[in-house]
Amino acid sequence: MTHVIQRLGAWTIARVADLGRMLNFLLYAVYVCVADPVRPRHIIKQISFIGAKSSFVIVLTAGFTGMVLGLQGYYTLTKFGSEGMLGVAVALSLIRELGPVLSALMVTGRAGSAITAEIGIMRISEQIDALETMALEPFKYLVSPKLIASLLALPLLCAIFDLVGIWGGYLVGVRLLGVNPGAYFGEMKNSVEWQDVYSGMIKSLSFGVIIAWVCCYKGYYTGHGAEGVSRATTGAVVLSSVLILIWDYFITSVLL
Amino acid sequence: MKTTNIDTVVGLFVLIGILCLGYLSINLGKLEFFGGDSYQVKAYFDSVAGLKKGASVEIAGVEVGRVDGISIDPKQGARARVDLSVRKGLKLQDDVIASVRTRGLIGDRYILLKPGGSDTPIEPGGTIRETEPAVDFEELFSKYVHGQVE
Repeated sequence: MTHVIQRLGAWTIARVADLGRMLNFLLYAVYVCVADPVRPRHIIKQISFIGAKSSFVIVLTAGFTGMVLGLQGYYTLTKFGSEGMLGVAVALSLIRELGPVLSALMVTGRAGSAITAEIGIMRISEQIDALETMALEPFKYLVSPKLIASLLALPLLCAIFDLVGIWGGYLVGVRLLGVNPGAYFGEMKNSVEWQDVYSGMIKSLSFGVIIAWVCCYKGYYTGHGAEGVSRATTGAVVLSSVLILIWDYFITSVLL
Repeated sequence: MKTTNIDTVVGLFVLIGILCLGYLSINLGKLEFFGGDSYQVKAYFDSVAGLKKGASVEIAGVEVGRVDGISIDPKQGARARVDLSVRKGLKLQDDVIASVRTRGLIGDRYILLKPGGSDTPIEPGGTIRETEPAVDFEELFSKYVHGQVE
């Protein structure tokens, strides 16, 4: 019996210590970004990896998301005889909610897992220790460029996602199902406000921080051996996806 | 060769991203970097129930401006004060009638301007004198239900 209680206590302490270590990690990463500026070349390389190379998968998912929104929205709105509002439904749900969240989830799956695996392997092959031995700040080379790059890349990916999604909705709603194209874009322009675009971009920026933070952290403190890296990668993808969805709820309730 | 390749790809990505962002904020979000292409007029209404900031201002169904702000003006006997920003170059006569209308039965509220015949235009910052309040459908229905229609 005491054994069980002891294990519970140890587990709780480990989790709380983990949380504290995570926050320290983020604060230190931000401090390094400010105190010791990264070389632009490193940032460009990371933008290419996190942003540019994710754009194909973003365009693909955005297109189909917009198309299914057009389809579903049409069958719901046609019951009320207001197919003209299809553009509004597609654009608002993409810009406010689906664009930032889905693009962040796709980037987590594609780039986030790779970030964790990369840093994790550097950790278990003692490359990070080597940097420290040479008195080089590992954060400057491993964490800061990724943090800045995902902060820059996520809003751009989200904007691409929104636009491609709107065109996907246009393809299905207007071309396939025969909604009036003037109504589709006209009503959209009437209803979308700067506030909507702004809140979507704020979300996207914060998701960028979450992805880089969680994935770098998990890789940096990976377990031992190949199994440790694989567990860290899984953990990173799961944790950052869950955090994105939870954070999305809270930031929406604040911004609304 | 390899670095210039990465630079090109990243440059292209950033350019496309910023173009999309620009389209979203300027075309759909109606973000105005230069506020210089419109001027302000005020109008006092007895009721603006359902009207929201950012609603459109129309003449004959054509959008010519937006509602900038809605507030209560105690000096005017607690009537609703609506600030309208109207496209520059559009002259409003001083006997123009502003009314709060609804698009369809359950649609958004907007402001309809009916141009008058006067020669004197309203100056920027001036006031529209003639207004019609929002139609209260509930009141209208209850009048019919309780049979108080003359």
